[in-house]
Amino acid sequence: MKEGQTVDTEKAGWEPRIIAFLCNWCSYAGADLAGISRLQYPPNVRVIRVPCSGRVNPYFIIKSLQHGVDGVLVSGCHPGDCHYINGNLVARRRFAIFKSILEFMGVEKGRVQFSWISAAEGERFSQVIKEVTEEIKALGPGKRFVKEI
Amino acid sequence: MQENQKHLREAAEKLLSDKKVDVIIGYERGTLPLRTRPVFIREPDETKKLVWNSRCENNLSFYLKTAKGKVGIVAKGCDARSIVGLIKERQVKREDIFIIGVPCPGIIDRKKIEDTLEGRDLQEGVESDSQVILKGEGFEEKADKDKLLHSSCTTCTHRNPVLYDTLIGKEIPEPKMDEYSDVEEFSSKKDNERWTYFNDETSRCIRCYACRNACPSCYCPQCFVDQSLPTWFGRTPHPSDTLIFHMIRTLHTAGRCVDCGTCSRVCPMNVELQILNKKAEKDVKELYGYEVGTNLEELPPMATFKIDDPQEFIK
Repeated sequence: MKEGQTVDTEKAGWEPRIIAFLCNWCSYAGADLAGISRLQYPPNVRVIRVPCSGRVNPYFIIKSLQHGVDGVLVSGCHPGDCHYINGNLVARRRFAIFKSILEFMGVEKGRVQFSWISAAEGERFSQVIKEVTEEIKALGPGKRFVKEI
Repeated sequence: MQENQKHLREAAEKLLSDKKVDVIIGYERGTLPLRTRPVFIREPDETKKLVWNSRCENNLSFYLKTAKGKVGIVAKGCDARSIVGLIKERQVKREDIFIIGVPCPGIIDRKKIEDTLEGRDLQEGVESDSQVILKGEGFEEKADKDKLLHSSCTTCTHRNPVLYDTLIGKEIPEPKMDEYSDVEEFSSKKDNERWTYFNDETSRCIRCYACRNACPSCYCPQCFVDQSLPTWFGRTPHPSDTLIFHMIRTLHTAGRCVDCGTCSRVCPMNVELQILNKKAEKDVKELYGYEVGTNLEELPPMATFKIDDPQEFIK
C-alpha cells in the first residue's frame, strides 16, 4: 500500500478499528493477564494505557471518532477498586452524561462503550473485547463526527 | 409590571442612599424600540433609569464575575438560579451581593418579533399585560405576548427567584407542566434525523464564541477551544469541529446550565441548540436527582459522586 493511501472500508472484509483506553491498574493488567494466559481475542483493538479511567477526557473519545476509528472502549477498575480511590466514580458520572448526549445527538448505541475489568479478569477482558468488536462490526464503519477534508 | 418597575426603582434608590450597595446592575431602556440593555447605577438619582418589563432579556449574573464591591443585582427566576450556581462554584461571595428578585412571567424573544414584522421597520413598541403593540410606518399590529415568548421561557418552571434579599411585587404561580416534553419528543426521532438536525444547526456556526462569551457559567480563564499548547481542539468552522465545540460546551455546562437561553439569544447565526443543554439538564435531574441552581448546599453533580450511582451503561 502506498504511503497516504487508506484502506477502503466499504469493501468486503472490512475490519473495525477500535481504540481501547485502559486504566493502568486494572484493565491494562487484565489485558496483560489475557495475553500471558494466551487467551485469544480479536486483534481490532488498539490499546492506549491511561493512569485511570478518570483521566479519559470525553474529548479523547470524540477525537478518536473524528479521526475515523469505528469504536471506542473505555475500561477502568470496578467501583471501589480505584487506585486513586474515586477516579472511576467521577469518570462514571462524566461518561453517563457523555454517552447520553452522544446518543441524543444521533451517534449509534454501542459505538462508544464502557466497562469495568479488574486485573484478575483476563478471561473477561477477552470476552468484552469479543463482544465490543462484534457489536461494532454489526454497526459498520463509523461515520459520525469524522472530519473529512 | 408597571407597578413592579416603580417598586424596583424605589428599592434601588433606598439601597443606594442607605449605602447598602455600591452599584446596582439592572436594565435600562435600549436605543431601539422594545429593547433594553444592562445598566450600572451608582447614584440614587440615577435609579429612575431602571426599567422592568418583558424585554429584560439579559442574564445579569454574567456581570457579577467582574463586579467589584457590594453589588445589588436585579434577578429574574433564571438569573437567580445562575447566581446560586456562581455562589456554589465560589465565583462570587453571597455576602457581596444583594439580590433584588423579580418574578418573571417570561421574556419576549426579539427574533420572534422580527419574524412577525417580516422585514418591516419597527419604530415604536408598546407593551401591555398580555399584548405587544408594534408600530411602524403604515402599520400597527397587536401580537400576543404568549406567542412571542422565548423558547426557554415557555418551559420555565422557576419563574420566581429561588434566592433573593428583597422581592419586588408578589410571587407568581409556577406553571405545572412537563418541562422536558420537547426533549422527549426530540428523543423519539430517529438517530439520523437527530444527527441531521444538529448538523444543520451547527453548519451555520461561524465560531464567534458569542455563546460562550455571554454564558454566565462559562468563566474559565482559558476556554478549552483557546488552548494552544497544544492546539488540540479543532478551531476551524468545519462541520465536525463546530459540532464537537458545541457538544463539549454542553458537557462542560452539564449540571450547571439553567437554560436561561442567553446562548441562543446572542447567536448571530441563529444556531438553536438549547435542546442539547436541556437534555443534559434532564439527565442530571433523572440520574442524580439534582436540580440546577435551586439550593446552595448540594454539590454540583459533576463535582461529586455516589458509590451507587446508576451504571447500566457500563459492561
